[in-house]
Amino acid sequence: MPTDAIPLLDQDVVGRVIAAALTRGGDFAEVFVEDKQSSSALLDDGRVEELSSGRDRGAGIRVVVGESTGFAHTSDLSELGLLEAARTAAAAARGAGAGGVAAALVPTAGTARTSAAIPPGEVAKARKVELLLAADGHARSTGGAITQVTARYADSHRRILVANSDGVLAGDDQVRTLFSVSCVASGDTGMQTGRESVGRTVGFELFDDHDVTELAGNAARRALSKLAARPAPSGERTVVIGPGGGGVMFHEACGHGLEADLVAKGASVFAGRMGEQVASSLVTLVDDGTMDGEWGGASIDDEGRPTRRNVLIQDGVLVDYMWDTLRARADGRAPSGNGRRQSYQHLPMVRMTNTYLVGGSSSPDEIVADTADGVYIAHLGGGQVNTATGDFVFGMTEAYLIEDGRITEPLREGNLIGNGPAVLAAIDAVGNDFAMGSPGTCGKDGQGVPVGDGVPTLRVASGLTIGGTAA
Amino acid sequence: MTPPGTQHRSDDPDGTVAQLESLAERVLAARRPGDAVEIVLSHSRGTSVRVHDGAVESLTSSDSSGAGVRVVRDGRLGFAHCGSLDLDVLLGTLEAASDNCTFGEPDPHNGLVEPDGVPVVPQQGWTPAVEQRSAEQRIATALELERLVTGRDPRVVAARSTTYGDASSTSVIMSTTGVRAGERSSSSSVSTQPMARSGDETQIGASYDAARDPADLDLHRVADEAVERATRLLGARKPPSGRLTVVLEPRLALGLLGIVSGMLSGDAVVKGRSPFADRRGEVIAAPCITLWDDPTRQESLGAEEVDGEGLATRPNQLIADGRLVDFLRDGYVGRRTGEGSTASAVRGARSLPGIGAQVLVMSPGTRDLDELVATIDHGLFVNSLSGLHSGVNAVSGDFSVGADGLVIRDGALAEPVRELTLASTLQRLLLDVREVGGDATWLPSGHRGASLVIDDVAASGA
Repeated sequence: MPTDAIPLLDQDVVGRVIAAALTRGGDFAEVFVEDKQSSSALLDDGRVEELSSGRDRGAGIRVVVGESTGFAHTSDLSELGLLEAARTAAAAARGAGAGGVAAALVPTAGTARTSAAIPPGEVAKARKVELLLAADGHARSTGGAITQVTARYADSHRRILVANSDGVLAGDDQVRTLFSVSCVASGDTGMQTGRESVGRTVGFELFDDHDVTELAGNAARRALSKLAARPAPSGERTVVIGPGGGGVMFHEACGHGLEADLVAKGASVFAGRMGEQVASSLVTLVDDGTMDGEWGGASIDDEGRPTRRNVLIQDGVLVDYMWDTLRARADGRAPSGNGRRQSYQHLPMVRMTNTYLVGGSSSPDEIVADTADGVYIAHLGGGQVNTATGDFVFGMTEAYLIEDGRITEPLREGNLIGNGPAVLAAIDAVGNDFAMGSPGTCGKDGQGVPVGDGVPTLRVASGLTIGGTAA
Repeated sequence: MTPPGTQHRSDDPDGTVAQLESLAERVLAARRPGDAVEIVLSHSRGTSVRVHDGAVESLTSSDSSGAGVRVVRDGRLGFAHCGSLDLDVLLGTLEAASDNCTFGEPDPHNGLVEPDGVPVVPQQGWTPAVEQRSAEQRIATALELERLVTGRDPRVVAARSTTYGDASSTSVIMSTTGVRAGERSSSSSVSTQPMARSGDETQIGASYDAARDPADLDLHRVADEAVERATRLLGARKPPSGRLTVVLEPRLALGLLGIVSGMLSGDAVVKGRSPFADRRGEVIAAPCITLWDDPTRQESLGAEEVDGEGLATRPNQLIADGRLVDFLRDGYVGRRTGEGSTASAVRGARSLPGIGAQVLVMSPGTRDLDELVATIDHGLFVNSLSGLHSGVNAVSGDFSVGADGLVIRDGALAEPVRELTLASTLQRLLLDVREVGGDATWLPSGHRGASLVIDDVAASGA
């Protein structure tokens, strides 16, 4: 029973709080309890600068009447504090008078593994400091041109309990561990930066599978290679994206546009296109919160629904959007486990989890060899999308020219811009070398949540414009 | 225990600052002997309303507390934070910070600031008007803005969302080195994102306003701007690539100079991450650029009496007629360089202070926007920029962003364009500024910006 493992709140208290939330009427009431502990350590300028730790706990209570939601949150987890927040939420919901009815609570379990084999809280702080020093030492050992190194270790332990008037009662224990290295390389042409990070929904066992010196080496190599980089071209080019690094493109090109809340408001270029061909037939796009240990995964979403593997685009055809409880209720269907929130102080909304392009059959080497002229992007930065037009940008942080089917000179950083539907239609090769990418934080309406992504090598034949300065 | 050298306290009619101060004193009194301790406490109550299609989509009532404790012992630094003002939790946070201190490596420049004698410029950051607003008034404001937005132009069919929000906050900072300051502040804001349609095409515009007193929010200006930004892009096409002159409105000009101000952070300078590190006294920008960071300006919504370490804020000139004057420093960088803090520490209660500009003030030129446009043969009036976080590198200076806007042809605004990028380096952009507009405005972000005309920017399109 998940709730036994997570004694954040007594089940009877939860029931009374939901009842209080519905005293002024309402179609739906929910209590979300969160207790989050985090710690981090930062090395910069050759020295472990500081260790930080934090704890935030509280509850958010919402009451839904029709399309209108009342929400209140409190850091007071006593029954009195919770009841007061429930009454505030009920008043904010401006309920329809008579009391609402809550179903009996039925505990449910999620599917993904989100607990830690080695809880980071039980690992000596000195051990975390050792990792930072090892990363710093290795990055600097790659050459004198590495003039600055920042290494950061962070972990979080988030326990949640969600209960609602539909009878949902679920809990989860989510441990995430993250390590990142950023390097500055200096040369005659100025300074360049390189970054590498790894993050998973696991505990300190992360470092059994990931060597921080290897991360540091990658970050350093990325910075050093750009010292000799030439300005990126401008204008449209054929673009090959390497394995792992390119998931951000799908996150922006179509991920946000497939969120049901934006679709319902007509703010997505993918609204009204269900069942249509919206991408090349090589594209099968999945959002999967159940992926074992991946950064954007969890056993349940922040509305207490088990996460799922949801196919969004199958062989180029749009087959589903992503849903939270409110949008699913309005459409008379089941939620898809995509209701997420930054913290107990925020309302949930439709969010991605781990979004990825399913691998294809082409050999990555052949994809490059088959490209006469273009740009190869080995590592992407963040991105941004205007969901109404589908126009999106994403950054390239490690990129090279492709000349006569060969990867040649490194390019300086920049953004690429494209239009989601046009770019999806122009994908003409998908490799057989699928890999997940770096951990990300997705921002929407002011809330940040951890997300993962992944792609195999793929080629976009047209539709991407490189934001460089060279002709 | 009351630390020596009491600083300043704002008006505190109902004692909310005094309550937090007394809590902070109790935590400081529990410190380990030999620990230098700084504590920041904050409490905020707020309401936010989101409306859609003439009805309330959500009404949120929030009550947030936060605390951060920094401990310095033997040159080592530890930090801990929590989301509670319970004394027990705060004492646990103090203990955690003290324990964290054990593992940092010593640095002789670590420490806490001591009051440096600069007098506080009093601010009127608080008004009872926010707390006096009823839920009905808050909802009515959001609905009124949505009505204005959807009634302006037949092509505006809906707004993705329209919001009203307000908050009243109290915060104190106190340290064993004599810092003691408290402030109350109020804020309110509105925002809207109208959608304009023409055939299959949808364009989204956005605008917002912020004010201490909700009565000062300018709903008509927000509606006009947001609708204009959505409708003027209808029919936009991808333009050809080329080099052109770019016009940035005050809010976008500030976005650019905000990135530049980050490169003038003393932290980036002392750690070898600023391309301007060795350039003090040299020309880094066109002579028309003069830039201050001045959080003492009462007209600014970002005005503060003290910085994130509790020192009185003060005006700092960054660029004078194109010449780099100074960098921004917090206590650490001030000690490390021997130049003292410029009171430029910025932070929330739950994070360690970093260095940042607080209220950027651009010195204006003389000509208004129409006159500026009239001087340009071939250019782009920018409507919005995207990817400022993904395509701009403040260390290398590489600058590459997505853009949309209106073509400037023969001195007049012409057709809309979208799906293009603008690229240069931050170093070049500063030198390529041809003119600063005379349209200096206090923006809802708290900064004072004016339009910029920048030559020779690479535009990448079809």
